[in-house]
Amino acid sequence: MNFEFSAEQNLLREQASGFLADNCPPSAVRAILEGDAPYDAGLWRQIAELGWTATTIPEKHGGIGLSYLELCVIAEELGRAIAPVPFSSSVYLGTEALLLAGTEAQQEAWLPKLATGEAIGTFALGEKPGQASPRSLETTCSAGKLTGAKVPVADGDVADFAIVVARSDAGDGASLHLVPLNGAGVSRSPVQMLDPSRSHAKLSFDGAAAEPLGADGAGWGLTRQLLNRAAVLFAWEQVGGANAALEQAKEYAMGRYAFGRPIAGHQAIKHKLANIYVKNTLARSNCYYGAWALSTEAAELPLAAATARVSAIDAYYFASKENIQTHGGMGFTWEFDCQFHYRRAKLLSVNIGSEGVWQDRLIAAIEQNEAA
Amino acid sequence: MDFNDSPTEAAFREEARAWLAANVPSEADLTGLDPMARAKLWQKRKFDAGWACIRWPKEYGGRGATPMEQVILTQEEGKSGAPDTGFFMIGQGMAAPTMMAWANEDQKRHYVPRLASGEDIWCQLFSEPAGGSDLAALRTSAVKDGDEWVINGQKIWTSGAHYSDYAILVLRTDPNVAKHKGLTYFFVDMKSPGIEVKPIKQISGDSNFNEVYFTDVRVSDAQRLGAVGQGWQVAITTLMNERAAIGGGGGGVGFRQVYELAKRVDLDDRPAIEDKRVRGQLATWYAQESGLRYTGYRSMSALSRGQTPGPENSIGKYVGASKTQDMASFAMDLLEGSGAVVDPEFVESAGIFQGAFMAAPGGRIAGGTDEIMLNILAERVLGMPQDVRVDKGVPFNQVPTGTG
Repeated sequence: MNFEFSAEQNLLREQASGFLADNCPPSAVRAILEGDAPYDAGLWRQIAELGWTATTIPEKHGGIGLSYLELCVIAEELGRAIAPVPFSSSVYLGTEALLLAGTEAQQEAWLPKLATGEAIGTFALGEKPGQASPRSLETTCSAGKLTGAKVPVADGDVADFAIVVARSDAGDGASLHLVPLNGAGVSRSPVQMLDPSRSHAKLSFDGAAAEPLGADGAGWGLTRQLLNRAAVLFAWEQVGGANAALEQAKEYAMGRYAFGRPIAGHQAIKHKLANIYVKNTLARSNCYYGAWALSTEAAELPLAAATARVSAIDAYYFASKENIQTHGGMGFTWEFDCQFHYRRAKLLSVNIGSEGVWQDRLIAAIEQNEAA
Repeated sequence: MDFNDSPTEAAFREEARAWLAANVPSEADLTGLDPMARAKLWQKRKFDAGWACIRWPKEYGGRGATPMEQVILTQEEGKSGAPDTGFFMIGQGMAAPTMMAWANEDQKRHYVPRLASGEDIWCQLFSEPAGGSDLAALRTSAVKDGDEWVINGQKIWTSGAHYSDYAILVLRTDPNVAKHKGLTYFFVDMKSPGIEVKPIKQISGDSNFNEVYFTDVRVSDAQRLGAVGQGWQVAITTLMNERAAIGGGGGGVGFRQVYELAKRVDLDDRPAIEDKRVRGQLATWYAQESGLRYTGYRSMSALSRGQTPGPENSIGKYVGASKTQDMASFAMDLLEGSGAVVDPEFVESAGIFQGAFMAAPGGRIAGGTDEIMLNILAERVLGMPQDVRVDKGVPFNQVPTGTG
């Protein structure tokens, strides 16, 4: 049994953790949350220099060709630091979509720039409140011209290209399109978000130049494959955040006195934090399962991804809200940092399908395994 | 990252499998034997061939195997169809480690191999009516009389006392000092005059536990483990092994059983499994079971590398017990009016859901209540302070007590 990260991967974790402690302290998160900058550009440059954006990109496309296990390690540390950078959009979604379905030419055009962090990619699915499906989409593409609007798109204001899901009359009812965002026919406007440390935009397309990514009518299947991969990586971010929230709650409880002793000595607080630990541990172990499935291209990936995602959503939401509760009134102030986790946890809960959507997919994966 | 055995582990697994395949008793071997006799037959067969309690040192009946080899053997035995040996769990899992740590050499060589072979069954006499979660508040007394001690009082919640040969027990030997300091640890022959075992009828209708009464029971000072007044420290050895021995309390109801039920019963004229709320609930429980399974794999990986597993496995009993209770309750909801039926003629799934529902409250209490488990996690894993103890340093006979 070797169900654990290697010594090298653990070393990478230590390096990443140390780097982010120095370069992405809560003050850096706050600067983006309170300021006008869409993301921390300095941090993004450093992250790219460390090669994190190049992790799973093959060497022939300018990457370093490591496994998904390394990317999971990085994701956890970015989640812990609540990093205000477009990493998830560009790496888990933009880069992964090209790796999944891009032609050799598309990969050669974008992957080297994604690897260096020079280009930022994103993924644009939702158009209106509620769960997206091929039938719900109004964005269409005809003769290489894309028309429609997507909102909210994570990092849509700063990305160089988006992978856009459009309705199709063929196949599964959807197609993916690679759309450069700096050309004619694309307009973008920022969208205010619950978590302002991660910028989002509305993208409007009026005959924007688009090239197909994957076959026409294969877009919904590809979206599911892409989100299965991304779900594991987002889950690691969520677990990182959940553990950071637990540590924050504990640190405060150890130093805050009430009724003559640290509140950490009162059972109501002890049990609350122990329950956070329990959820975090379950989520973390499920994330191991997801990491294993992702890195070995296992047939179990749909089930493993949904399992990791479902328990990570639960863990981070619970940790983030009970962290505020542990802090009492101070946790509810703008001045305290508890809000960062509360905001980020909710953003990560809804950004690639909510808990209910992934619960449904979990059971569907079990049903499919039985039918196979 | 993989789930594979190392080459040495794979070789051991092969060896274990081959031995089990050749030696697990056939139905013919077991015909006419009750569960206890089946367990004893199988345990003796394992012992004679060196496959019992393999982690223990050779001189005490084991073979000095690694923890990982024990895990592999347990896995393979679980798949082999061998008789259930749960009767030996407390003796082998709790009494034996305590004896090995605290008994003298002659005692270890006499008693421990008999535990390994299944010849003797032991129980644990710790809890009392006034000492449960606050175990050190126990009152059953031992008073020195020459080379013997005279025991009077009552123990409770003792699993298997009615079929046990020996027991480990903690007694109050000095009520004039603070709670933890007046305790001494012994082992006792359950056939000693003055011991009376009375079964407790549980809400499930079963009787897995007993009350054990002591009236002037005499035990030799040679059966004392540790020094007089050192009983709490010895008890910690036992308790450290308890949660590992007790496990998840699955009760036979898990994701698979409720999922299969949801495919069979209707909700809104469709199979219940098509209902989003049902799917959501089931997915939550699946994720919990999966989380526990992979937490176990992480611990096994540490064992496999020769390391001590972290504290993460200590969540198992806490998560498992409530999950069983909630899943049984949910399954009964899916059955609607039939959910409360236990009549063998009409009951669904041979009554596993109703059975688990009625047994589940015990799972949340035995071996450390949910609340004690949370305290342990908070204190030992997260490093949070202990609770305020108003009886700290107070002589035991001056500590306020309730009426119970």
